[in-house]
Amino acid sequence: MSESGKKIRVVIAKPGLDGHDRGAKVIARALRDAGMEVIYTGLRQTPEQIVTTAIQEDADGIGISILSGAHQFYFKRVIDLLKEKNASDILVFGGGVIPEDDIPGLLEMGAGAIFGPGAPTSSAIEWLEKTVAAKIN
Amino acid sequence: MHKLTERALSGDIRAMARLISMAEDRADGIDSFMKELYPYIGRTWIIGVTGSPGAGKSTLADKLIEHFRERGGVKVGVLAIDPSSPYTGGAILADRLRMQRHTADEGVYMRSLAARGSLGGLSRGTREAASILDACGFGIVIIETVGVGQSEIDVMRVADTVCVILAPGLGDDVQAMKAGIMEIADIFVVNKADKPGADRVVNEVRAINRISAVVKTVAETGDGVPELGAELRSHWERVREGEPGKLREAARMCSKIEEILAERISESARRLWAKRQNEILPLVLNRQLDPYSAADIILSDITFFLRG
Amino acid sequence: MEDAGFNEAKARYEDKADKALRKNAERRAEFTTGGGIPLERLYDPESIAGHEYAGHIGFPGEYPFTRGVQPTMYRGRFWTMRQYSGFATAEESNARYRYLLERGTTGLSVAFDLPTQIGYDTDHPMAAGECGKVGVAIDSLADMEILFDQIPLDKVSTSMTINAPAAVLLAMYICVGEKQGVKTSELSGTIQNDILKEYMARGTYIFPPHPSMRLITDIFDFCGREIPRWNTISISGYHIREAGSTAIQEVAFTLADGIAYVEAARKKGLDPDVFGERLSFFFNAHNDFLEEIAKYRAARRLWASIMKERFGTKNPKAQMLRFHTQTAGCTLTAQQPENNVIRVTLQALAAVLGGTQSLHTNSMDEALALPTEKSVETALRTQQVIAYESGVTNTIDPLAGSYAIEKLTDEIEAGAMDYIEKIDNMGGMLAAIEKGYPQKQIQDAAYEYQKAVESKDTVVVGVNQFQTKESDAAARKLLRVDASVEERQIGKLKKLRSERGNVAVKERLESIREGARDENANLMPLILDAVRVYATEGEICGVLREEFGEYVENIVL
Repeated sequence: MSESGKKIRVVIAKPGLDGHDRGAKVIARALRDAGMEVIYTGLRQTPEQIVTTAIQEDADGIGISILSGAHQFYFKRVIDLLKEKNASDILVFGGGVIPEDDIPGLLEMGAGAIFGPGAPTSSAIEWLEKTVAAKIN
Repeated sequence: MHKLTERALSGDIRAMARLISMAEDRADGIDSFMKELYPYIGRTWIIGVTGSPGAGKSTLADKLIEHFRERGGVKVGVLAIDPSSPYTGGAILADRLRMQRHTADEGVYMRSLAARGSLGGLSRGTREAASILDACGFGIVIIETVGVGQSEIDVMRVADTVCVILAPGLGDDVQAMKAGIMEIADIFVVNKADKPGADRVVNEVRAINRISAVVKTVAETGDGVPELGAELRSHWERVREGEPGKLREAARMCSKIEEILAERISESARRLWAKRQNEILPLVLNRQLDPYSAADIILSDITFFLRG
Repeated sequence: MEDAGFNEAKARYEDKADKALRKNAERRAEFTTGGGIPLERLYDPESIAGHEYAGHIGFPGEYPFTRGVQPTMYRGRFWTMRQYSGFATAEESNARYRYLLERGTTGLSVAFDLPTQIGYDTDHPMAAGECGKVGVAIDSLADMEILFDQIPLDKVSTSMTINAPAAVLLAMYICVGEKQGVKTSELSGTIQNDILKEYMARGTYIFPPHPSMRLITDIFDFCGREIPRWNTISISGYHIREAGSTAIQEVAFTLADGIAYVEAARKKGLDPDVFGERLSFFFNAHNDFLEEIAKYRAARRLWASIMKERFGTKNPKAQMLRFHTQTAGCTLTAQQPENNVIRVTLQALAAVLGGTQSLHTNSMDEALALPTEKSVETALRTQQVIAYESGVTNTIDPLAGSYAIEKLTDEIEAGAMDYIEKIDNMGGMLAAIEKGYPQKQIQDAAYEYQKAVESKDTVVVGVNQFQTKESDAAARKLLRVDASVEERQIGKLKKLRSERGNVAVKERLESIREGARDENANLMPLILDAVRVYATEGEICGVLREEFGEYVENIVL
């Protein structure tokens, strides 16, 4: 492992009141094991906190995990705030209990990728590596 | 001046955050950015906070931010350092959690840094991150690390005032604490002072180190934080003006220059070696040349190269 | 072995097995249960040699209750078929409860939305976007009156999944009973009221541990005097398992939580022979059929010995582990959701063979959203088929004496005891949680499982094997809770605040504040007084937040 060079930095966030953090913690570990630096926010984060965190941490992406059904509300707030703060280049992706029907709407809103129930962690890792590399070049 | 430097100096947090990443990544050309920032550097008070896991460092840092922000407009930066995985180089950084309420305050900047397993590089990256915050007008920078490992003790040498946090009931008694950590402490904090055994910890600290101040706090409730703030400030006032402060500064500048030199020379050596590897390595493998003489060749190249 | 031919027969068998192995290797090098307990090729009488039937297994309704807590079990009465539900506002949920009762459900189980579970009114900024999503929104007694409209509280028992603000919701339930003319002492049901697993696995905590434990023991005390038939706590392994733990960890951490509650109540001066009767438990029914059956049996035996040996109880009812079961939500797949019906059937069967007192069966669409009426009906029918058609209910604990089941029961009990000992050495469950110990154990197990699925070492039908191409999920009709629900609920709340007697509300909230400051006061009657004059849940919890502070999780990754 080289000591210099660009590291992928990702914020993994649990927005709102949802306390189910099994998925968030599993993906945080998987991204770490793929060599990334994961800023883990813990539970009960507001969209404002999530976006400020990503900006302060110079994150390449924000991963949102949500199982409470409030995904439309939270994705929209986070994406709108990023726009407001001129930080739309920060990728937004997510997972949790998200019905397939809702995915096109979230992508249209500006989410980069949604990993639904049963998606392997490797799919998120590959997507991040590819998308961040494309962003830099 | 680079656009990025300009933006950072004018208060653009994204630009500042990017510069810190570049310093961490040892990105090409970072030195030229640091040169541009240098004239603006030199006012910041760096406070190091270290101690065992569970001692309450983050909660205390959270309360210190509040304390400093309440006392006038000084902007506060926090650099929270966590270990990287030695196997994958990845890291999970979760120290912000107890300070997240300050995200609403534009005068507070928090940044999680991964140790990245580097020898000495951690303190360089951290020092430069602190310098970037300094140049961008952050009057106080709090550096938080878990007090284990030599590289983290080195990081604490970056600080003007070092605070070692202890707490009762963690199972590690003071005697067993890393000797290096006990030596660099300017102030000892016995946190969770409302729990049984706190006074015993105080006595143990006093028995080992009679010079440094000992402050009792309950970070959860904020008890003792104003006293700690006052103690920190009085330490800073003493070192800033006095002879010890000047010595510290000289030592720090000396090691900074040594670090820059070491990095630049080893970088040049790596490049030159890469260029001549195909030519020299076979000679060594055929035992026509010993490895020491091989290094001599590269070193003489460096000398030539550096003289221009 | 007294059986003369045994040794010879066994040697012959082993020889045969060896020959077969030389020809064809087995499907895998090692076999384990879903929870990672190594499994032998075969269990036989030697596996359980040394068992003394009476002391070790015993008879149903008798210590150590391995075979069940009642003498006649399901020959007397089936378990309570209790489907967890609730969504949107009180009106919609009331309609769903009446739908379930009409179809033969025998108890209610209320799911509250997240703002209600975390003590925020619907109009609190932190509640934005969450109203009615994972359960019903309850802000005040006015909502609770609608929730139980035309449901006689003296006839149904109600379980409420509510933890940090359990006292407030219980108070509301009591008030609804009063309005229906039902005596408080005649109410029956359960509040979850289990804060330790919230810190560990579920995340709907509000206050720090010390005041949280006080609220819990205040409830124990109050209910002991006022609602003797109420289960004051449902000590839950369900969510620990959902968060990724193994079966052994589920038993261990749940019972260690139980120990912490008993100790807290004893410190308050309560008698474990009395409050012990009202402790109830809640377990998961996961995929590994045999392991799960053994798990319930092991939990019963272990808890009985803890209550008898450790806490010195004499009352057998205080030694009985009575439990509710829910099939494992985390095993449901979004892919090929019909397969979930089969998973739920097997899981429910395990719970019944393990002697559960009450059961929730998940609906097949729950990996995607809240269940529709149709899928809830199928889930309920699953229980009814097991109860009325399968025949497994007609003799008690039919798998007892199975070498494999008894051996697994022993191993789960021993494994759980090891963990409990470790936790004792850390200074008990509160200290262990503070250190992040159980959290770390659970996350490690969850991550191992994920890796096993991704490497296909663990097969999930329809997900990593036997996939079908076409997406069938999209065509499905899902239940959705839209944003208008939030607007309506906030409208009701505004109206309530303008119409109620605000002077009385303020006074009673101040009494709660004083009560919070006085460790010797019992908060329950004070909360009851405030609820009665329509103080909202958010207002009551707000005062307690100011007095008690808020818990911040301990992240150990």
